[in-house]
Amino acid sequence: MRNPDYPMRKILIQFVHPARSRSKINNTLRAAVEGLDGVTINDLYATYPDFLIDVQREQQLCEEHDAIIFQHPLYWYSTPSIMKEWLDLVLEHGWAYGSQASLLKGKLFLQAITAGGDDSTYRKDGYNEFSLRELISPYRATAKLCNMVWLPPFAVLGIHRGLPEEEIKMHGEDYRRMVIGLRDGTLDIEQGRKEDYLNNDLHAIIRRP
Amino acid sequence: MEHFLLQLFIFLAAAAIAVPIAKKLGLGSVLGYLIAGIIIGPFGLSLIADIEEVMHFTEFGVVMMLFLVGLELKPSLLWQMRTPIVGMGGLQVALSSVLISGFSLLYLPWQQAVAVGIILSLSSTAIVLQTLREKGLMNTSPGRSIFSVLLFQDLAVIPMLAVLPLLATIAMLDDGHHGSIFFDISSLPGYLRILVTLLAISSIFLLGKFAGRPMFRTIAATRVREIFVAAALALVVGISLLMTAVGLSPALGTFLAGVVLADSEYRHELESDIEPFKGLLLGIFFISIGASLNFTLIGEEILLIAGLSIALIGLKWLVLVVTGFLFKMAKKERSLFAIALAQGGEFAFVLFQFSRTNGVLPAQTIEPLISAVAISMFLAPLLFLAHDKFIAGPHGAEDVQREADTIDHGEHRVILAGFGRLGTDLGRFLISAGIKPVILDHDAANVDILRKFGFEVYYGDITRLDLLEAAGADEAELLIVTIGDKDKASELVELVQKHYPHLKIAANAADRSAAYQLMDLGITVIRRETFGSALSLGQESLKLLGVDPYEAYRLKRIFRKKDEEMMPELYRMHREDEDQYISMYQKHNIDLEELMRLDQNADTEELDKAWTAKNPEM
Ligand SMILES: Cc1cc2nc3c(=O)[nH]c(=O)nc-3n(C[C@H](O)[C@H](O)[C@H](O)COP(=O)(O)O)c2cc1C
Repeated sequence: MRNPDYPMRKILIQFVHPARSRSKINNTLRAAVEGLDGVTINDLYATYPDFLIDVQREQQLCEEHDAIIFQHPLYWYSTPSIMKEWLDLVLEHGWAYGSQASLLKGKLFLQAITAGGDDSTYRKDGYNEFSLRELISPYRATAKLCNMVWLPPFAVLGIHRGLPEEEIKMHGEDYRRMVIGLRDGTLDIEQGRKEDYLNNDLHAIIRRP
Repeated sequence: MEHFLLQLFIFLAAAAIAVPIAKKLGLGSVLGYLIAGIIIGPFGLSLIADIEEVMHFTEFGVVMMLFLVGLELKPSLLWQMRTPIVGMGGLQVALSSVLISGFSLLYLPWQQAVAVGIILSLSSTAIVLQTLREKGLMNTSPGRSIFSVLLFQDLAVIPMLAVLPLLATIAMLDDGHHGSIFFDISSLPGYLRILVTLLAISSIFLLGKFAGRPMFRTIAATRVREIFVAAALALVVGISLLMTAVGLSPALGTFLAGVVLADSEYRHELESDIEPFKGLLLGIFFISIGASLNFTLIGEEILLIAGLSIALIGLKWLVLVVTGFLFKMAKKERSLFAIALAQGGEFAFVLFQFSRTNGVLPAQTIEPLISAVAISMFLAPLLFLAHDKFIAGPHGAEDVQREADTIDHGEHRVILAGFGRLGTDLGRFLISAGIKPVILDHDAANVDILRKFGFEVYYGDITRLDLLEAAGADEAELLIVTIGDKDKASELVELVQKHYPHLKIAANAADRSAAYQLMDLGITVIRRETFGSALSLGQESLKLLGVDPYEAYRLKRIFRKKDEEMMPELYRMHREDEDQYISMYQKHNIDLEELMRLDQNADTEELDKAWTAKNPEM
């Protein structure tokens, strides 16, 4: 059941992975949300293998949805390169930002990030010295400039091929729950914004029907 | 016959010797011809006879020149120029006539003074246009102003021929000579005369517009080149005859025909076919002007003739400066404009002759005037030179050149040779990128169809030097070769490398061996015709087989890059050692396979370990 206070949100998942044939976790996450009502998956590398991004199409997709999720592996403490190209081209002045622009206003912005290093390495005293939230601050700033509502990342950390199948499955389940929660408005946005990672404790922020 | 050939030989030899020397000295070809004329003329080596006859015949070069000028002027452009033609031209002719007539009034009765005035208001189309073209000034803004005035003068000859007989004061015996060998339209009543004239002009329009193209298409289909040349000449000569018959200027008629045909695909072919005839005739015409300088008379009346020449140039120059001023020309433009047109013209010879036979002017008045005109024509190229040296200065010419660029609008930066299937897409691509190539193709039917689609395609054999020239190889920046026949392509490349070394060349090769053949000639930008589409199809096939789209794309790019990289080495092998070539080719293919496998199977397991190694529990 949907929360009557919130209308149903349409969710756009920008899937950003260069080689699905070599992906484990991102494929699983994707499979978990594929076919959901009100959820559109847009595979950037598959659609634009030559990086020739169709700006108009992308802008229209954004306009048609209420929440934009960038799902990607962490590559060099950042995103795979096509996502940078996407931001550079699609977020045009006058459309995404600037005094006249209001087309992205109020839409949710969130990253679903998978990474090799686990949580303990993403700390000031950890091996990678910076927290994930610090590392993705450019995207947070981007969301703010575009008047979007930024949410902490859905993070799946410490990923490697040796992980037991159940654990991976579980991440898929969480992802699905989060996406549905966002879609149906059962996920408490205000509460979620206080977390480090949106999936720290999904039970706490998703209201039961 | 022998006599004719001997005369011809003398003219041609004189030109062949004098023009290169004149050009080497920086004097331009017109001066070269004129000097050659003086040298072989009656006051030099006295090698030639019948100068007047020769001059009369070769005047036809002017007619051809105007045909060529017309071919370069599309009707729309001509319409744009209507104000300068009528305004500047009209003003120049009117003011010059009045001023020179006024001046002559000091010495001559008014009728004669008026006749002299209007005759001397004309300038020399032949010399001025030839010089402008040689200097590449035709498309500059002073060039266009000058041309406009010349065009108006050509038009003005018609009413002048009508008015001059009215000024007759000298009783003449009617020698029964009339304008035409066909029929004499002056015997017709006035309204019929106008009707016939209008009919003649509209027939040129209709001929050019509707009959011209099908006719040339049929002729082109025979692929016998001489026939095309013959048809082109017949067209020009025929129109001249028609114009003469109705009492209009033949130059004007062919000019109109040229304008009408300027939009057709046969434009460049016509241009390159007529050009050599025009060149020769004009050359000989200039020689005969040089030869006709009557030095005995000049010697006897040196003061009078020098005075007349100076007065002629001075008065015309003054009028031109005023005209330029009134039309708000920039200073540099005005000075070129005034220098360029301050001479008498070849029409003066014709009109003086006409005035004498009509009893307007007596021979003793005409003789010194003709000499003065000839001298002013002789001085014209020198004035151009002086202008370049002293007035325009080293930067002046440059300014004018730069203007030309903007007018041309980079329109003809690219020549596209061959417009088959590949050329069509290439042409579409370039046009969409804002680059309009001059397209040449040898298949008349093909040209026709593509024209219907709105391409600017011209018919012709691109391996002909004159056609390349007509297509603007001089100013173009790039030649793209997409002709299928590889020997023909090589021929073209060699021709271009020899005559237009500045042209960059990009070429299509049907296959590897065609590519090697082009590499023999030092071409580096080569694309193999089917290579690109083979790889694209390969990319799509990989996708259908489930390979990641981005992966498939990268594999294509890698293959292409490596393949292109090994071309030079394979080429070297191919040329040096046929046997080794094959094994080399195979080895390269194996290397490539390996490389691509590597790209695809980067070891994911190891990679995972690397990124997770620092996780505490690992
Ligand atoms: C080019 C590249 C760069 C990477 N950079 C990082 C990194 O900066 N930090 C990190 O924790 N893991 C990094 N990793 C590991 C990936 O994040 C990890 O393999 C991925 O999230 C697994 O998702 P997948 O199975 O869907 O490919 C990198 C992996 C690759 C291939």
